[in-house]
Amino acid sequence: MENSTSNSEQSGKMVEFHVKRQEREGAPAHWEVFKVKWRPNLNVIALLQDLQINPTTADGKQTTPPAWEAACLEEVCGTCSMVINGRPRQACTALVDQLQQPIRLEPFSKFPVIRDLITDRSRMFEHLKKVKAWINIDGTHDLGPGPKYSQNLALERYKQSECMTCGCCLEACPQYGPQSPFIGPQAINQVRLFNSHPTGATNMAERLDPMVGEGGVTDCGDAQNCVKVCPKSIPLTESIAVVSKQATVYAIKKLFS
Amino acid sequence: MAKAHRLIVVGGGLAGLMTTIRACEAGMEVDLFSVVPVKRSHSVCAQGGINGAVNTKGEGDSPWEHFDDTVYGGDFLANQPPVQKMCEAAPGIIYLMDRLGVPFNRTHEGFLDFRRFGGTKHHRTAFAGASTGQQLLYALDEQVRRFEVEGKVRKFETWEYLGMIQDSEGRCCGIVATHIFTMEVKAFRGAAVALGTGGPGMVFGKSTNSIINTGAAAAVTYLQGVKYANGEFIQVHPTAIPGEDKLRLMSESARGEGGRVWVPKNGKPWYFLEEMYPAYGNLVPRDIATRAIHKVVYDLGLGVNGQSVVYLDLSHIPAETLRKKLGAILEIYEKFMGDDPTRVPMKVFPAVHYSMGGLWVDYDQMTSVPGLFAVGEVDYSIHGANRLGANSLLSCIYAGMVAGPAMAKWAKGLKTHEQDLPSSAFDEAVKQHSQKIDFVKKMDGPENPFVIGRELGDWMTRNVTVVRYNDKLKATDQKVQELQERWNKIGIQDRGNWTNQSVHYTRQLYSMLHLARVITIGALQRDESRGAHYKPDFPERNDEKFMKTTIATHKGPQGVSSERPFGKDQGHPQFAYEAIDVSLVKPRPRKYDVDKAGSTAHTTQAQTSQH
Repeated sequence: MENSTSNSEQSGKMVEFHVKRQEREGAPAHWEVFKVKWRPNLNVIALLQDLQINPTTADGKQTTPPAWEAACLEEVCGTCSMVINGRPRQACTALVDQLQQPIRLEPFSKFPVIRDLITDRSRMFEHLKKVKAWINIDGTHDLGPGPKYSQNLALERYKQSECMTCGCCLEACPQYGPQSPFIGPQAINQVRLFNSHPTGATNMAERLDPMVGEGGVTDCGDAQNCVKVCPKSIPLTESIAVVSKQATVYAIKKLFS
Repeated sequence: MAKAHRLIVVGGGLAGLMTTIRACEAGMEVDLFSVVPVKRSHSVCAQGGINGAVNTKGEGDSPWEHFDDTVYGGDFLANQPPVQKMCEAAPGIIYLMDRLGVPFNRTHEGFLDFRRFGGTKHHRTAFAGASTGQQLLYALDEQVRRFEVEGKVRKFETWEYLGMIQDSEGRCCGIVATHIFTMEVKAFRGAAVALGTGGPGMVFGKSTNSIINTGAAAAVTYLQGVKYANGEFIQVHPTAIPGEDKLRLMSESARGEGGRVWVPKNGKPWYFLEEMYPAYGNLVPRDIATRAIHKVVYDLGLGVNGQSVVYLDLSHIPAETLRKKLGAILEIYEKFMGDDPTRVPMKVFPAVHYSMGGLWVDYDQMTSVPGLFAVGEVDYSIHGANRLGANSLLSCIYAGMVAGPAMAKWAKGLKTHEQDLPSSAFDEAVKQHSQKIDFVKKMDGPENPFVIGRELGDWMTRNVTVVRYNDKLKATDQKVQELQERWNKIGIQDRGNWTNQSVHYTRQLYSMLHLARVITIGALQRDESRGAHYKPDFPERNDEKFMKTTIATHKGPQGVSSERPFGKDQGHPQFAYEAIDVSLVKPRPRKYDVDKAGSTAHTTQAQTSQH
């Protein structure tokens, strides 16, 4: 138990952090204060792992380990999203030495709370269904190479395709929320990604259709928060602009056809 | 018209998703289970690329050469026929993924670009930046979503597999699963079941694996009597970034793009891999590079600044090239270590990465239980004693391509539709698993499950990874049995019936401890050195005695009752050894200081090694 921490070990530097606790959606929330021993290279995940070993508050009260979710810990899976010191981000890349203490950990506010830091972000996957974020292939049997396209387009598409459905952009977006129909930057960026693929472009209309109606790209309020919080630095506002243009052309064509 | 069959796929990584797609194309309906939303599966962590001898660089590469590299790299422990088929399918798989929209890097002319990887002399690895696994997973995730919208796939995300269910004749006919938030336990019927549940990294505590990779799904299946093969073959990746919470992979593609490994020696850089292995240099297979780093750091005491790290150096390569080809992994290093790898060498060290072993499967991916299939890292079939880089994404997709149609065929051959089976086996399974979970919830001893898990990881990493000694393996097995005793004395602080992660983890830990014994005893009994399994006391490969698949089967436990749903004793593994099919390439000594025997770079085929 070399790495375990306890409040009796007051020697050495401590890290103070507060966790917003909530049994489930609708239950009353409260904050718990924790202190763990500082080590080099700590991230928020390591703090939460310490609480699994020793779930004791700073004032020595036994509690349950806070519930949180994570998977890859390399910022490619999008699982460990939470609000850290007021900013939506991934807990794995939140390094303790770069954060102001006490560190405040809260669940996302735009999605229903499952428990403590876990929220139900399944709505994001519904968005992907709505915009038909896929290539309509004939089948997975061998049909030879795909369409040839340039390395520049590949690099552009790669950047857009790095979206890990973490939800930071939606948490930061003032237009997005449980009561709002706005589909948000995450799905709009996917519209751009698939419309730019030579095969994907053949189904462009299907993807632009949900963009022109209620909750579509015109609901964007241009706050530009999304692009600031995106952990993968995806040019989301650029994607919104591109899709906006495509949607306008599509709407005009639809009007005259 | 006959009712459509419903299949069950557990696991939404590359292997599970491709199984699902192929099953749908064969006219099946699929219930897809995953402990996380499938888009968050561990396949996202694969960085460097996917192998396939498309031969676009005029090097005379061929599927046969790929096959030969793979069985040679695996030190002749894999059955050869499925490996050959996989390598033949590989170019088609890469083309398919391109058609699905994966943004593979391209050449000036717009063709797919390929880079070099370890254990080969050819540019054979297609890549999408340095997050190829993520990009491939997303492409399959998108296709499965398309089938979901069409009503062919039902997703059960945040459901965790607890075990398989067999009918009165021993055929697998469904699974039991629990919802990790509501804690509901439920049985599901399926004409066939595929497990694509990934590797067991968490058995070693910190590894390059996602923390969802507990190995528990494979382990509970093994505990139900299903054969587990080659458990002792654990790949330790040479280059990972040491961390407090996990060891982050630094892709082999860094070396594929020209990265060099060195330590300071007498005030100068010593490029020890290049010196020790002039033919392959920094691109020796992972087991070889890992052992070399171990030697340099522990035996020669030459770790950088006296620490257990070596340099992985990219700083001689133009930054722009690096950003285009390796951007994602450079970002990982920058974000977690604060240094820019285009300017300063990275500090890396080996870390547990991949299990070559897994559930035993036949050439149709079926396990030892009829109707139960396994795909991807959880199956043992392709990689032998050591996996070559960029073969894992390939083997996952290939396994799904085989399993989907094989399961459909199996389903069509069943006399009784899964929905018409008597409910008794399903009810009984729900009862047993509910009793186990209730037992865990009430545990009130002094032990903390996460402390036991950490001790398990420390022991396994120290004694059952790079260098293995029989006395230490014996001691580790004793330790694991002690941890099993202590598991019985766990106390659960969280008594809630909602998203109770302590209960989930304690349940998983039970099976992980069993799997640890399979790995440890398997290593203890194999008195030779082969691929990732290295014993200084038995430094040679012994084909006569050990060119065999290790098969572990669980016996016990005794005294299972409703009060003691886990049984009085824990049971133990039994080992057997099965002959290997080496009919295609004759086994030969594996060396990387010289060019591969019977095959040199820029020639077409390793014909001399053929029978």
